[in-house]
Amino acid sequence: MTVTLAQAINRGIHDAMEADDRVLMFGEDVGKLGGVFRVTDTLQETFGTDRVYDTPLAESGIIGTAIGLAMYGFRPVAEMQFDGFAYPAFEQFTSHLAKMRNRSRGRVKLPVTVRIPFGGGIGAVEHHSESPETYWAHTAGLKVVSPGTVADGYAMTRAAIAADDPVIVLEPKRRYWMKDDLELPVTTEPLHKAVVRRPGTDVTVVAYGPMLKTAMEAADAAEEEGWSLEVVDLRSLSPIDTDTLVASLQRTGRMVVVHEAAQSLGPAAEIAARMQQEAFYHLEAPILRATGYDTPYPPAMLEEFWLPDVDRILDRVEEALDY
Amino acid sequence: MGASQPAGDVDPSTLLPPAEPVHLLDPDGTYHEDPDHPVDLDDDQLRMLYRHMVVTRKVDREAINLQRQGQLGVYASLLGQEAAQVGGAFALSEEDWVFPSYREMGAAVTRGVDTGKMLHLFRGTWLSDHDPYEHHFALYSIPIGTQALHAAGFAMGAKFDDNPIVTMAYFGDGATSEGDPHEAMTFAGVFKAPVVFFVQNNQWAISVPLDQQTAAPTLAHKAVGYGMPGHHCDGNDVLATYAVTRKAVDRARSGAGPALIEALTYRMEAHTTSDDPSRYRTRQEEEEAAKTDPIVRYKLFLEKEGLLDADLGEQVEAEAAAEATRMRDEIYEAPHGDPMELFEHVYVDDTGHFERQREVLATELAARDGEVSA
Repeated sequence: MTVTLAQAINRGIHDAMEADDRVLMFGEDVGKLGGVFRVTDTLQETFGTDRVYDTPLAESGIIGTAIGLAMYGFRPVAEMQFDGFAYPAFEQFTSHLAKMRNRSRGRVKLPVTVRIPFGGGIGAVEHHSESPETYWAHTAGLKVVSPGTVADGYAMTRAAIAADDPVIVLEPKRRYWMKDDLELPVTTEPLHKAVVRRPGTDVTVVAYGPMLKTAMEAADAAEEEGWSLEVVDLRSLSPIDTDTLVASLQRTGRMVVVHEAAQSLGPAAEIAARMQQEAFYHLEAPILRATGYDTPYPPAMLEEFWLPDVDRILDRVEEALDY
Repeated sequence: MGASQPAGDVDPSTLLPPAEPVHLLDPDGTYHEDPDHPVDLDDDQLRMLYRHMVVTRKVDREAINLQRQGQLGVYASLLGQEAAQVGGAFALSEEDWVFPSYREMGAAVTRGVDTGKMLHLFRGTWLSDHDPYEHHFALYSIPIGTQALHAAGFAMGAKFDDNPIVTMAYFGDGATSEGDPHEAMTFAGVFKAPVVFFVQNNQWAISVPLDQQTAAPTLAHKAVGYGMPGHHCDGNDVLATYAVTRKAVDRARSGAGPALIEALTYRMEAHTTSDDPSRYRTRQEEEEAAKTDPIVRYKLFLEKEGLLDADLGEQVEAEAAAEATRMRDEIYEAPHGDPMELFEHVYVDDTGHFERQREVLATELAARDGEVSA
């Protein structure tokens, strides 16, 4: 069947709730409304208000009560309505959700999934287009993933909910309406494994979440230039699958890392550091970055100048090839 | 017309705290019966309250000594708050849960938690070392008031399960200014979660006094805003604290929802062993507060009632001393564990996070061992 990414995630939550009656889904407007992006559409009708419920408008409350519910024995799936609205919960994320297992010397586990629509490209008003992945990925104790395909929307949601550790699923909101075939049961790679989406020989392009589609388009466009790009879908930001990246770099000798998030100290910086350490003698050029700028996210009418696109990726590819 | 739609069907005046804090014991130990706050305890239980308070004071003092001797990095004393903590925790059943801040040794003693294990956080051997599921006593929470949300969430879980347990969140007057207790009480009110928010108003948030913390008439009045009853009691009166908490706990267990309790007490010690109260409060104020000592008052009551004689008093003191010694033995010169344990508990399923960093630390440790043996 052909479904959107939002529908695939919805189906993933649905099937997880059907498989395990300890799974709860809650957040702001996720009940009757079905979420502002309709990702939780019809779940409350199906599973009732005790398992799918609207919370008060309080993000710290959502994450803090998720922790209590998990300690009690539930498997909470919490939604932050938008990336920029997760910040009020920052302390519960970093001081408790991430640390509880370690603080308790392994005695308390928190199988909490937090879904966060993230990233820009939809012409949204301020605070609705943030890319905060480094905050979460830099916090020991959290796992951070981002699906870039419809099949992964389903499979990674299921895997995150099944995991016994806290997992943050960054959902690429600009791709919610992206359509593809979804044949169940889906078998994809393990949650934290990077995947080569398109083999190539000249330059490796690493992307995740919303930028995967852009990277694939860049690879199509590159063909016209006579360049063969290998696109690696990173999928997981914590942990990072270094081995898959190294293997690709060993094949191509060149790498461009793409993300919407601001450049400095972003995921690309960590990947570049790992690559030069692990594959130094395979490098034909410096690892280059096609990312957002180190500014606040721009107003909607300027976002096309800020976001990485096919041209920005190909500029970096050309730089790498010319080096 | 024009009035906003009320959220609940509760008459706000029924949620208000009493005009005066509930008070059952005078400083000379005289007991005043209050039909609204019955003390349904038998003689053994009344003696047990005393035992818990005396043990608490002893282990608390011993922990300060251990810090002075360099055995603990820091310690947060609860001196003066024994009645508030013990009276509150004593109103819970074994199946109920406590979510403490970092100053809750009295609640830990009442729950039967190993006091020595509570000190690993302060010694720095690990960040905790008791099993929360054993005595239903969550980890100490240092970020102020954050545990209130865990208590609320846990209570919501119990309610979803029709499990008749109650959770209790302890926090202080300073925490009532934070956002998390506010959100916790908001959630608890909406979901009618069986949670009791127990504020020990010890008058001081490190150096900031209550009147710089809030302009609320009392902290208990805040309850009305969340649609739950506000209780106000003399927190240095263990019977008042017990009776008020008991009422709130029974009500929560019955399905009627959460409550907020403000127990008026006084932090007789410094904020922690690193603090110097002489910079912000007078000796005279401390001496005045010491006159309301909760243990002195309760001991006079027990003696008046013929429930405590010299022999029993000595027996309790000996038990407290033994517990303090046992605690000291657990923590004195307790070594840290294997440094490789740093990687062990971060994730249930460590999916390659530490592959390379583990090797780095192992190499450093091997080099150190080499230096030691060389």
